[in-house]
Amino acid sequence: MSTLARPTSGCPSGLAPPSLAVAGDLSAFVRNDGSLKTLQLSVTGARCGGCLSKIEQAVSSLPGIETARLNLSNGRLSTAWHGDLCADRVAKTVSDLGYGVSAFVEDDVGAAAKREERQLLMSMGVAGFAAANIMLLSVSVWAGHGEMGETTRRSLHALSGIIALPVLLFSGRHFFRSALSALKAGHANMDVPISLALVLAYSVSVWETVRGSPHAYFDACAMLIFFLLIGRFLDARLRRQAHAAAHSLAALRNRAVKRLNAAGQVESVKAQDVRSGDTIILAAGERTVIDLIVTQGNGSIDESLVTGESLPRTISQGQILYAGSINIDQPLQGRARGEAGDSLLSEIADMLEAGEQQRSAYRRIADRAVGLYVPFVHSAALLAFLTWVILGASVGAAIMIAVSTLIITCPCALALAAPVTQVVASGRLYRQGVFLRSGDALERVAEIDHVVFDKTGTLTLGEPVLASQHAPHELMAAARLARASRHPLSRALVNAAGPGQVAAEVKETAGLGLEATIDGALSRLGSAEWVGANADTQTGAPSIWYVEGDADPVLFRFEDRLRDDALASVGALKAAGLSIEILSGDQPGAVEHAAATLGIDHWTARVSPSQKGARLKVLREEGRKVLMIGDGLNDAGALSLAHAAVAPGGAIDISQSAADAVFSDGLLSVPALLSGAKQARHVMRQNFTFAAGYNLVAVPVAFAGLVTPLVAAIAMSASSLIVTLNALRLHRGA
Amino acid sequence: MDIIIYLIPIALGLGLIGLLGFLWSVNSGQYEDLDGAAFRILEDHERPLPPDTD
Repeated sequence: MSTLARPTSGCPSGLAPPSLAVAGDLSAFVRNDGSLKTLQLSVTGARCGGCLSKIEQAVSSLPGIETARLNLSNGRLSTAWHGDLCADRVAKTVSDLGYGVSAFVEDDVGAAAKREERQLLMSMGVAGFAAANIMLLSVSVWAGHGEMGETTRRSLHALSGIIALPVLLFSGRHFFRSALSALKAGHANMDVPISLALVLAYSVSVWETVRGSPHAYFDACAMLIFFLLIGRFLDARLRRQAHAAAHSLAALRNRAVKRLNAAGQVESVKAQDVRSGDTIILAAGERTVIDLIVTQGNGSIDESLVTGESLPRTISQGQILYAGSINIDQPLQGRARGEAGDSLLSEIADMLEAGEQQRSAYRRIADRAVGLYVPFVHSAALLAFLTWVILGASVGAAIMIAVSTLIITCPCALALAAPVTQVVASGRLYRQGVFLRSGDALERVAEIDHVVFDKTGTLTLGEPVLASQHAPHELMAAARLARASRHPLSRALVNAAGPGQVAAEVKETAGLGLEATIDGALSRLGSAEWVGANADTQTGAPSIWYVEGDADPVLFRFEDRLRDDALASVGALKAAGLSIEILSGDQPGAVEHAAATLGIDHWTARVSPSQKGARLKVLREEGRKVLMIGDGLNDAGALSLAHAAVAPGGAIDISQSAADAVFSDGLLSVPALLSGAKQARHVMRQNFTFAAGYNLVAVPVAFAGLVTPLVAAIAMSASSLIVTLNALRLHRGA
Repeated sequence: MDIIIYLIPIALGLGLIGLLGFLWSVNSGQYEDLDGAAFRILEDHERPLPPDTD
């Protein structure tokens, strides 16, 4: 049996890459409910049933655990336990299995959205029940036309009216409320004609029932509400998912830091509780979540996510350590920096805000359609009423025709056209490893004509790989020293050498290198000056030297290798007729090399975050619709200023939240996203064209007074069905 | 046709039971994790627990 297979890291189905991140101290996020302690964790990388059982079983087997339940849809793990189990142990159990873990705290917006979605679902259920049952009664009225006695027909209508009343009041309240608030604000939204149609149809039907006439529109009322609620529900669900995704990303910032209190003791506090001037301790290998001014210790830091620079930088007392940098080798102590207006983070935050504003001004296709629809319907109904009154019909008959016009032009197809398409398209993209963070992202991505790539971590792997050729014994000798270090170049060397021994008593000097005495000879690994080599031979590429005793130093050269699928991805984007450029914070040599390999003519190196933002503004003024792809903190501003933005799964949190979509399966997801968005736009346009065409046919028929409740019922359900089936075509290609 | 006096209420009653069942399922959170529910049915609880990872 293969059920007891070797425990692999991360998703056993290979749907998501394993995470290597380690959660910080989470004890600050545990809630105490009497003796029961509860902790909500946000788990990334869990995608299949294997993940589900692996995580739940591992956590359940911890001592004292009461419940451990993972919600696979939103990646939330709820745990509850008795006793003194440490929160970090729960988190570590999950992160040891190869999943990313962070504390999760539900926010008000998320809770409200969840309530709204649940209420819509309940309203939908009530409306569905009523629509089906009224239809049952209506069919018998239609079938018995001419034969059914007036008393029977009237009682069936009355019964329909009784069933429809709770639907109107309970399920219809979503539309009435929204219409009222729109009218109060002095404008009309789609819910105004809907509410008008509902109220008029119901009251006219009551009147017709009392009169004992053959036609009543109770079935249309219930069906209208039911179909509209489906669209409303799907839209709410999409928006909540997008919000939940954004919030999970924000949860990554729910990290705890180690603070040195006045008594000289180390305590764990939430990052947002840190005040300016607090003394923070940063262990080796830890990523800082707040800007620090180093007060003690010196070492190397990896700033690749902050500046795009692929090589570590040495840091000493008095220098600033930006949030997002990783402390590589030595423990550091620093003072938390206040919210100084000129800090890198606040500069980026300003750009993010500007981006948000400009994006919220984007008008979705559905909104534009509604803008055309509302006046059209109102004037059509009014015109029908006036025309028939002028032609000499009774006011009652004219009202009936106006109501049937309102009902038949009901925006069922219109309301379903966009949400159904977006749900199907985003579901398909999700299976391809791309998850969308906003509902209108698809529409904006489809409009793209220019692509801007960041280099480090986006086009490249973001970590150095050994490029020079060496004899195995040289590699093995150097690796004995390198294994003791967390420096990226050391790790790259170890990766190339494979498993082996570690030298005893390796000493690391920050910024210079490593040394140890092996078999009586002093061995050193590090910079040219550290080993006493001739620095003239150094090129632009990152490199380290190794020397053993009096032998000649050996040079190891590294490169930040391009992702395997970078060339194919760039090729696919070019084939789609897009222009491409690279904006990188890295050295010109490295950027030029990458650009030449990928065949990209436009590239700029050593670009600061604000220069990236400025370049995007220029492109916008030229009228280009830019898709920005980047991962670092230095890209966050540019991402939010672009027309649409995408970030890889390994990107820093702030960049992921500035992006419209995050992909986890490699760069080929970018062309996949683009074609998916274009297909979705195509289907959406078809749907809107169909809805418009339908109205062009339906309105004259209603105008002529030919619409009976039977015709309305058939037209309404047929148009909704066609729109839904058309959207489902997108599903097929997955 | 007097039979419809009984049949219609019965039909409505059955529908109402279905509706109440649906409302109950919504409120008891059964639609919270649609992806996970599909996998849980396959889960075999009698499988030995994995070794303690800590």
